[in-house]
Amino acid sequence: MATTPVKKTSSKKASVSEDAARANRERPNEPKPYKARKEELLKFYRDMLLIRRFEEKAGQLYGLGLIGGFCHLYIGQEAVAIGLQSALTPGKDSVITGYRDHGHMLAYGIDPNIIMAELTGRAAGISKGKGGSMHMFSTAHKFYGGHGIVGAQVSLGAGLAFGHKYTNDGGVCLAYFGDGASNQGQVYESFNMAELWKLPIIFVIENNQYAMGTSVNRASSEDQLYRRGESFRIPGIQVDGMDVLAVRGAAEVALDWVRSGKGPVLLEMKTYRYRGHSMSDPAKYRSRDEVQSVRDNSDPIEGCKAYLTEMGVGEDALKVIEKEIRTIVNEAADFAETSPEPNLSELYTDVLVEQY
Amino acid sequence: MAIELKMPALSPTMEEGTLAKWLVKEGDSVKSGDILAEIETDKATMEFEAVDEGVISSITVAEGTDGVKVGTVIALILSEDEEQAPSAAPKVNAKADPAPATQPDETPAAVAPKPDPIVSNGNMQSVTLREALRDAMAEEMRRDDRVFVMGEEVAEYQGAYKVTQGLLDEFGARRVIDTPITEYGFAGIGTGAAMGGLRPIIEFMTFNFAMQAIDHIINSAAKTNYMSGGQMRCPIVFRGPNGAAARVGAQHSQNYVPWYASVPGLIVIAPYDAADAKGLLKAAIRCEDPVVFLENELLYGRTYEVPAGNDHIVPIGKARIMREGTDVTIVSYSIGVGLSLEAAAKLAEEGISAEVIDLRTIRPLDKATVLASLAKTNRLVVAEEGWPVCSVGSEILAICMEEGFDDLDAPVLRITNEDVPMPYAANLEKEALINVDKIVAGVRKTVGA
Repeated sequence: MATTPVKKTSSKKASVSEDAARANRERPNEPKPYKARKEELLKFYRDMLLIRRFEEKAGQLYGLGLIGGFCHLYIGQEAVAIGLQSALTPGKDSVITGYRDHGHMLAYGIDPNIIMAELTGRAAGISKGKGGSMHMFSTAHKFYGGHGIVGAQVSLGAGLAFGHKYTNDGGVCLAYFGDGASNQGQVYESFNMAELWKLPIIFVIENNQYAMGTSVNRASSEDQLYRRGESFRIPGIQVDGMDVLAVRGAAEVALDWVRSGKGPVLLEMKTYRYRGHSMSDPAKYRSRDEVQSVRDNSDPIEGCKAYLTEMGVGEDALKVIEKEIRTIVNEAADFAETSPEPNLSELYTDVLVEQY
Repeated sequence: MAIELKMPALSPTMEEGTLAKWLVKEGDSVKSGDILAEIETDKATMEFEAVDEGVISSITVAEGTDGVKVGTVIALILSEDEEQAPSAAPKVNAKADPAPATQPDETPAAVAPKPDPIVSNGNMQSVTLREALRDAMAEEMRRDDRVFVMGEEVAEYQGAYKVTQGLLDEFGARRVIDTPITEYGFAGIGTGAAMGGLRPIIEFMTFNFAMQAIDHIINSAAKTNYMSGGQMRCPIVFRGPNGAAARVGAQHSQNYVPWYASVPGLIVIAPYDAADAKGLLKAAIRCEDPVVFLENELLYGRTYEVPAGNDHIVPIGKARIMREGTDVTIVSYSIGVGLSLEAAAKLAEEGISAEVIDLRTIRPLDKATVLASLAKTNRLVVAEEGWPVCSVGSEILAICMEEGFDDLDAPVLRITNEDVPMPYAANLEKEALINVDKIVAGVRKTVGA
């Protein structure tokens, strides 16, 4: 290290009045459940069902040996991706997430065929079969992955938000991460800079209660994860992530805050995954009763169905949707099974962009 | 007895400085803590304080004198009760001391390297390597608004090693961005910005600190294009000083070139002189691929000839023959090139004609130039300021075995630092580092002299 000049430091403690000022600092409004029109709610239902059926099919294909490696299913968490991303503009706002990424891609309207073909490692896959389940991207949709290193997407997302601000394109970055990633150091490095520079980013903790097999309580000294940004002055909001209207309502508040230049917001989505961490996880760390209880009492798709019923949508209309979704998913599976594997000549392509 | 005030070393690598201004004059009384003078290093202007009490009896180096070597007596102080004695030290004025400190691996005048064809064109100007790097960034920032610089102390402090000096003034805080001390975070932010379409230059204060960020360099930046089937690019430059500096111990003295050079998906550049540093940095900034650009602190202050103008670009992936020879090839990069040139000059006196190759880009490696030289000289050594195990030298050795075996008349040797963490003690550090004599000895062994 070079010789550095003496720094002026202040040892002044926060006074009582400063603490009060902090408590009085402007915060986003308390979110209200989103008032969806019938058509919107039907679309939420359809899109959540697409994720559910797609993931169930992916689970089957994994069991058949058609999908290899790691495969992390999103079943149970559908309301988070749909509630949030339905409020965004694909092509303007960017989205980035970790390895449990199928649902976020479907929520951004990316073709299920090329997602499923990536899972089976085929040339027609969105990454030409070179990425796999955890590494998928669509720059056209401004979906930036699909990252396999826990927490990396948080710094990368702050970088995407930096780009939105730098180019003044009006976009916002939505950066998802889990309760597990919320203990990674780089998350806090990113929080600090995002607030310091007022980056347009919504940090979303998908708290599905388990980081692989470790429950939040066993891993987090502050288990109310929405508070994790407070020491960086990032306001946090805890949201029922099993209720698509609550999620969408929170998205509206967060987007208002971020788009008005007030800097980042942290949303903690309380959610639950029904399946194991990945396909190879027997999930012995929780009881069947616990999982069943969530399914029975707070399933996001069943909840949405109840709202639709209240609006007077009948079983028949929902069956039509169910049938359409099954067709889409079956076609995606057929496409993914029958598409050819990548040509061996692809092994050495895309390592670098340019020739040297 | 007069107390001698000597030119202080104000940074680990400072060898000389400018005595910019005296704030006292002969006859003044001073006490401990008084500021006596302002001294300019190549990085900053520092104040020089008195630590003794007394009367300035003699100022022996006039203000405005350049190139005052560390340790030179610049003034004498007599304690108050001592009698004024005539000054013993000879006075030096601003014009009388033109000799700069000799720098151990500066290319001696006797060496006549084959000039790079690009370098030989057009008007040349003398600039320091530090300025050449700054000019490269400034030119590319003028050309492309997507280019920005981010790192610790790059803006208001003007760069920890002054490489970004002046950039904040010209480009403003939007494009020259000070970060907190948070390597993992800002490496990720830079990488994300590149994925989103910008052209970041991420400065690490040294590559030792980039260890905290290596996950983003490798897992996020290097692999993205491949993992996305060519869809998502990451045009970013990670740059900063690399390798041993001087007396900064094991955690601050390490060559990371072999680490990064092992990773497919990265471009790895480690230039030696200012012309290549400038031309390659400009190429790196324009490049669509992620680049790790490893500089050397000890070279920052050296002056070299650089082509004038904005269009000096050096192609990535091409080695440069620095000196032609017939008996043996010395392959090197970064600071090792200067040592190799000096060794070649010594060897020439013994009648051994050594060809010196500067790899410049380590990945992709210009195997063709290395193998063509081997085919000519039939003997090869690698000179590398770094550890021997799994080094660039190891890689060159493997290439020679696999693709140049029939041209080899002797085993390829690695001449490197010792295989230990860098010690602090001056004598141990000197022993641990590669030097000219070690290269000369290695070459002699290879040619059987």
